[in-house]
Amino acid sequence: MHARGNGAASRSWKDSRMTTAQRPHEAHLAHPDAPAPADALTVPATRATGCPFDPAPTVERARREEPVTRATLWDGSSCWLVTRHEDVRTVLGDPRFSADAARPGFPFLTAGLRELATGTRASRTFIRQDDPEHARLRRMLTAEFMVKKVEAMRPEVQRLTDELLDAMTDGRNSADLVAEFALPLPSLVICLLLGVPYDDHAFFQQRSAVLLSLRSTAEEARAASDELLAYMTQLAEAKRERPDDGIFSRLVARGELDSQEIASMGRLLLIAGHETTANMTALSTLALLRNPGQQARLRSEPSLIKGAVEELLRYLTIVHNGVPRVAVEDVTLGGTTIRAGEGVLCALNAANRDEAVFPGGDTLDVGRDARRHIAFGFGVHQCLGQPLARVELQIALETLLRRLPELRLAVPFEEIPFRHDMGIYGVHALPVAW
Amino acid sequence: MRIHADQEKCCGAGSCVLAAPDVFDQRDEDGIVVVLDAEPPAALHDAVREAAAICPAAAISVTD
Repeated sequence: MHARGNGAASRSWKDSRMTTAQRPHEAHLAHPDAPAPADALTVPATRATGCPFDPAPTVERARREEPVTRATLWDGSSCWLVTRHEDVRTVLGDPRFSADAARPGFPFLTAGLRELATGTRASRTFIRQDDPEHARLRRMLTAEFMVKKVEAMRPEVQRLTDELLDAMTDGRNSADLVAEFALPLPSLVICLLLGVPYDDHAFFQQRSAVLLSLRSTAEEARAASDELLAYMTQLAEAKRERPDDGIFSRLVARGELDSQEIASMGRLLLIAGHETTANMTALSTLALLRNPGQQARLRSEPSLIKGAVEELLRYLTIVHNGVPRVAVEDVTLGGTTIRAGEGVLCALNAANRDEAVFPGGDTLDVGRDARRHIAFGFGVHQCLGQPLARVELQIALETLLRRLPELRLAVPFEEIPFRHDMGIYGVHALPVAW
Repeated sequence: MRIHADQEKCCGAGSCVLAAPDVFDQRDEDGIVVVLDAEPPAALHDAVREAAAICPAAAISVTD
């Protein structure tokens, strides 16, 4: 993941998973008080072969046997891993756990994330800040994504969905669903909302992919981030001169943010607005194709779509490597004391399979009441765009099932490239036929 | 049942509006919670309890 240069892209993620012992030059980064035993849980954890929808077995075992446990990160440092639903809600809802990535002890999942948060030109966003600064910045955006505003966008989202499916199915009977539907739909929607030209999608999608890749070096992540920030800064200038009715223009017009803050916020919204929903759309489609009974139920009872989307969010939990926090005072959690200054990762995917909240949680059940899932996180940082994600997923999946009754995989399931190498889980491509 | 929503704590995620749309709304200017009916009829009590349970900011409290 680091110091690897141009060869990184050609190596498999498995190859890059070296143990601390193989990287003696990084040993000094390990937690001085808690040397990791040889069989320590490592994060990001590896999913079991043949079980691409399930959390890694090590993380699942942790939830059952030691729900607040030590884990070793990519750089040899260690932190706490919290896996139970109740404990994850506690950590993410308690201000004694800070989201401020500038605090010592904050756990980083990649070299790039560490560089962007702590490097000499750190560009902060409110997702890595605490209240009251976090609330001040977040509240500049909450009205933009509130339920009634997003619900009013349904006709527009439906129109974009239909246009993409018209183009995808025109004269053909197979396509890559990621490239032609799952990725363009939320990209088009967030561009429209923000006031970003969709013609620039190749540029921002490629930089977003670098930022979300677990394999990117610090330098690669820095370059991708700088390019996105420069792009958003230019766009802010353009909006200052020629305002439109997009979110970005309104942020600029408020006059409360400096140009660096505007650019960081724009970058965050652009990435968060397309990557997550794109991956949920494609992975949900695949999950339904692999669960024909659930798919048939949803086709015969389209009114289940809202609940089905909640269940898919729970079951798939694409923010799959843990949400980071650092304790600002000593806190006892499930009988274990987490000391001030120690990092914590909240395993949303393990929490969303917790049998105490979701009986039979390893099974996809579109009829389940899954509303207590925490796929969007929990606490004051919970996903700002969740009403938009819900509307997009409901429309995309309902329309896909309705318009393509013969939808099926175009390649064997074993050939689907899963995003084990990315911070947001999903599939790199989904070849389908109809 | 009596509902109190703390507008200082609210983070505008909107989950209460989805759980109990007859009881909760969001302010036009900033998306912060508004209680439409602080003493809702019994038929809505379950939905309100669900809204309180899923509120990410623990901003909704209910007294019976």
